[in-house]
Amino acid sequence: MGSVTSIVEKRNQASKTPKRNTGRVASSSERRRHRMLEIAASWLLAGPALVLLIVLFFLPVLGVFAIALTDWQFGASSLAFVGLSNFREVFADEGFRVSLANTILYVLIVVPGTIILGLVIALLIESGKSCRAFYRAVHFLPFMATLTAMAIAWEALLHPTIGLVNQTLAALGIPTANWLRDEATVLPVLAVIGIWQNLGYAMVLFLAGLKSIPRDLYDAADIDGADAWLDRLRTVTLPMLGPVTMFVFIVVALKAFETFDTVQVLTQGGPGHSSEMLLFTLYRESFEYLRTGYGASVAVVFLFIVVALTLIQACVMDKRVHYQ
Amino acid sequence: MSSIDFHEIEKSYGATPILKKVSLSIADGEFLTLLGPSGCGKSTLLRILAGLELQNAGTVLIGGRVVDGVRPKKRDAAMVFQSYALYPHMTVADNMSLPLRMRRLNAWQRLPLIGRLLPGTRGASQEIAAEVARTAEALGIDHLLTRKPGHLSGGQRQRVAVGRAMVRHPAVFLMDEPLSNLDAKLRVQMRAEIKELHQRLGVTFVYVTHDQAEAMTLSDRVAVMLDGELLQVAPPQEIYADPDDRRVAEFIGSPKINMIEGVVSAPGRVSVAGTTIASDIRADVGAHLTLGIRPEAFRLGAYSERGAISGTVRLIEHMGSDLYVHLDVAGVKQPVVARLLAERAASISIGHSLSLSVEPERVLYFGDDGRRIRAHDKPAKAAAALVRETA
Repeated sequence: MGSVTSIVEKRNQASKTPKRNTGRVASSSERRRHRMLEIAASWLLAGPALVLLIVLFFLPVLGVFAIALTDWQFGASSLAFVGLSNFREVFADEGFRVSLANTILYVLIVVPGTIILGLVIALLIESGKSCRAFYRAVHFLPFMATLTAMAIAWEALLHPTIGLVNQTLAALGIPTANWLRDEATVLPVLAVIGIWQNLGYAMVLFLAGLKSIPRDLYDAADIDGADAWLDRLRTVTLPMLGPVTMFVFIVVALKAFETFDTVQVLTQGGPGHSSEMLLFTLYRESFEYLRTGYGASVAVVFLFIVVALTLIQACVMDKRVHYQ
Repeated sequence: MSSIDFHEIEKSYGATPILKKVSLSIADGEFLTLLGPSGCGKSTLLRILAGLELQNAGTVLIGGRVVDGVRPKKRDAAMVFQSYALYPHMTVADNMSLPLRMRRLNAWQRLPLIGRLLPGTRGASQEIAAEVARTAEALGIDHLLTRKPGHLSGGQRQRVAVGRAMVRHPAVFLMDEPLSNLDAKLRVQMRAEIKELHQRLGVTFVYVTHDQAEAMTLSDRVAVMLDGELLQVAPPQEIYADPDDRRVAEFIGSPKINMIEGVVSAPGRVSVAGTTIASDIRADVGAHLTLGIRPEAFRLGAYSERGAISGTVRLIEHMGSDLYVHLDVAGVKQPVVARLLAERAASISIGHSLSLSVEPERVLYFGDDGRRIRAHDKPAKAAAALVRETA
């Protein structure tokens, strides 16, 4: 029996081997052709986006880098390579340092303020039963509106004598201030406007995040004894909102770093340099003083800060926030 | 003591009634399964028992104590969810220790950093950790304590969920379809483990499922629910062999019970599918009945040469030890399914005619309203099973 089966096996192997070889040759050339087609198709599909990305993003960034190394003035017909002297000047400049400090302070107020208030409003809307759509819309409106137009409305509200804010405060017997002309109040006031504007966006994202929390988790928390509102918040809501919070954090921080409209419309960086922020400095140096080379180096510094911030946030929070 | 009593529980969502006056008593230490198709209200009943939902009317008692309005954590009932509902940001150890932390530490002691410095926290925390470790060891998940649920397999998650329920020694265990997210093989294994767990802990288990195999294998008693009503509460064998209601008979058993229309043709005679069956039910002549015959109640032809349900073989399903034969019978809408021994396969082929007979005492009679009509006396064994109508 054994010998018979072994003979059969051998014959089978013998008959199979050459066949398999020819099969492989035929299929490998076909496979190579298939692969080439696939590669061509992928380049064809990604091509338009790639071209746009290079033309509209990478080339301008490279251009900015190049300009930052020259003493070019906007409109001038000649320029000279000056190396890193623009950057040296930027960091030695008292005005830039104030602008950077203002920006960081502004971000430190706006980001936590937006996240906390946005979350609180989202929780309130979610826990209430009536008029949800109305509350959502009302809080989201500022984000939809043009900030420049809204800034003018704020200017009217904050007017030292006829503004609604001061009139209300005076009527209540609370001391008033010249909000936008006082060094002590101007930056916090701009930050409040920043929070007001981004609040709706954060709220909508948090509402979506709250909706996606499985109900079972709250049930489990109830049964496990974590049924007080603070315990529910700590055990289920806040941890489950982690990914959304990270996203809101990044978006709001980037938006806060880029604040320009309110400064331009309301304060022009004043009084003194007390409300000057990075993007405004960049604009003023490049397009008002026409020191394009210097402005470009501010832009490079700005770019580094924003990219570094994004990378740090992505790296640090990615690990802690995603569960599955 | 942890007996459970439902007294006329009613629940509706808007105008849709979910539970219609459900009353049920569960003994201390019993394993009771609520069985029914999805949407029958079984999960709602369990959630009312857990305190996660409030009934519109009626009373729930746990251990003789009325628990209406008592918060879930005060009911001494632990629950395992279909989705396991593990906290994804916590390790297995944290998941399992949460119920104990919530009960034994006060709000200050639970604070992240300050809590550890308060008197008593350390001792209590060590005790909790030790208990969690003990429970984890008993469930064979002690090597997983530092992992997060996202890194566990379905079966491991299921064990963690059971562990989280077990760790605080509840008087009542509630399980809401705990096995339905597992693959078939694991389901059978976990089924056995849950059975063992019940025997080991000896506490009351209330188990919700739509899977009759789970209900039949696990339970001391099965409560069959349909459309918000309890149809029958009985031990598994009784539910299968002696159903009270046509819907219970149809829901339990695979393949499904054969339901064949019949008419009482004479006292003690029911005519069905071209034959007459001897019967001792008391029904008026001319009354319409439905006969329920389990597939395994059929015998291949030979029981009585004279009388048999005959039809054409339509389909044969080989199931290993058994053979499911589908038969087209004149005057019966659905094909009649018979479960025969596999050895008979050789004598059966598709398209050929086949005769089946049935022992009269294995025929279940249902009235027009779906209720069971029971014989008042034991049927005489000697009576011929099937008698041709002409006889």
